[in-house]
Amino acid sequence: MKKLSRLIYGFALLSFSCDAQENGPKIQSPSTIDYTYEVVTDSIDIPWGLTFLSNNELLVTEKAGILYRVVDGVKTEVQGLPPVYVRGQGGLLDIAIAPNYQETGIIYFTTSSPLGEDKGGHTALYSTQLEGNQLVNTKLLYKGDYNTKKGQHWGSRISFDDQGYLYFSIGDRGNREVNPQDLTRDGGKIYRLNLDGSIPTDNPFVDNDNNRKAIYSYGHRNPQGMITHPETGKIWVHEHGPRGGDEINVIKAGKNYGWPIITYGINYSGTPITDITKKEGLEQPLYYWLPSIAPSGMTFSTSDIYPNWKGDLFVGSLKFEYLERLEIKNNQVIKREKVLDSIGRVRNVEEGPDGYLYVGVEGKGILKIVPKA
Amino acid sequence: MRLLYSFLITAFSITSFNIYQQKPLEQSIADGKEIYNDFCIQCHMAKGEGVKGARPPLAKSDYLNNIDQSIHAIKYGLRGPIKVNGVSYNSNMINQGLDEEEIADVMNYILNSWGNSSTVIITEEKVASIKK
Repeated sequence: MKKLSRLIYGFALLSFSCDAQENGPKIQSPSTIDYTYEVVTDSIDIPWGLTFLSNNELLVTEKAGILYRVVDGVKTEVQGLPPVYVRGQGGLLDIAIAPNYQETGIIYFTTSSPLGEDKGGHTALYSTQLEGNQLVNTKLLYKGDYNTKKGQHWGSRISFDDQGYLYFSIGDRGNREVNPQDLTRDGGKIYRLNLDGSIPTDNPFVDNDNNRKAIYSYGHRNPQGMITHPETGKIWVHEHGPRGGDEINVIKAGKNYGWPIITYGINYSGTPITDITKKEGLEQPLYYWLPSIAPSGMTFSTSDIYPNWKGDLFVGSLKFEYLERLEIKNNQVIKREKVLDSIGRVRNVEEGPDGYLYVGVEGKGILKIVPKA
Repeated sequence: MRLLYSFLITAFSITSFNIYQQKPLEQSIADGKEIYNDFCIQCHMAKGEGVKGARPPLAKSDYLNNIDQSIHAIKYGLRGPIKVNGVSYNSNMINQGLDEEEIADVMNYILNSWGNSSTVIITEEKVASIKK
């Protein structure tokens, strides 16, 4: 009997340690698939960013440094980009029309940029306008520094709240020991600006002149997904973790999200980064993926086009090559499901003005998810 | 005359040496390791083992027997199906934006790590000679 209970105890311990390896809820395949997809435009290696000028006209960034204008599925290269520093994970990144685009015609984009005195590059934010297939009135609004030749972690995504602010992300630029926790350097941060690029006077770190005053939150690794919650108006960000430890965070002014002091991940080599996952004063994620899905792109479905998906969060998985649907209740992820399983490396997902979900898949292009008739 | 001749030879060899300043192999491998850990490790993994079915291995990879094709892949990117150690792979590798010295270094590191060993030293000059 003693032996048996020891055995049971052993099993319990074993299953406990297995649970600690993986963070639930487990990813599921849908029981029925009542949707399919159409190809909006094809042959794009890395369709990083996507924004809609209208239902049938979109702008797509290709990481290698090409901006496409797509009208009724036909793509044309747009001229007039500033210098793009294509290196490692860097290149031409996100693009987004201004909330007041209909009046101003202003479009924002982020790119890896070689500007500045030091060798290498850093992430930059621009505003511009489109005239035919030409960018005009292009203005540099923000340039991270200090430049580095590292190929890693540029971010970047752009989003807006309903108070007239623009948010964008820059990753830690491959220097995790220094950048994410240092407010006097760029990288590993979420930034907040006014729409004209000026710094809001009530940003959290404007009091100290040494700080980068555009910083809104810090302690991030590589945020490649960002979306404004359709009801709360809060900025949701996910960040690509190391091995394990991808996170979803809800961004609050001035908060420290902990990288690399706390993380649920380990180095690619298997060695630990830190032995703690929680610490006083450091924010906990709303959710963390273990194993890592390598997330990129994020949006909410807010339309009535997909009856069972309204309010759900959608995140691209580069690693497992599907779009992930997350059901969230009371700030808890209660269900995870694969959408478009084995479709390829999902780089981006956006909800169009028509309410459909558009997915950027590497080597493919832009796909539109449509319910089966 | 002989003096002038030898002077010219020396001058010439110094000049050609300067165009492609060849660093010692050990230094090249060490620099290549840094490049690898920055640009390559996410897909080819820490021991060059790749990801089963998705990313080809570099450790004991028969693809590396063809040096020119390997350099070409790093320099210009690689798309379309390939076969490595008898297994098919079909995923894009994008051009990482490395310069010629960095490509030589990372090749030397790959060719001399995880059980790989090579008698060939990859030089910057060699990388420059690989055309699209």
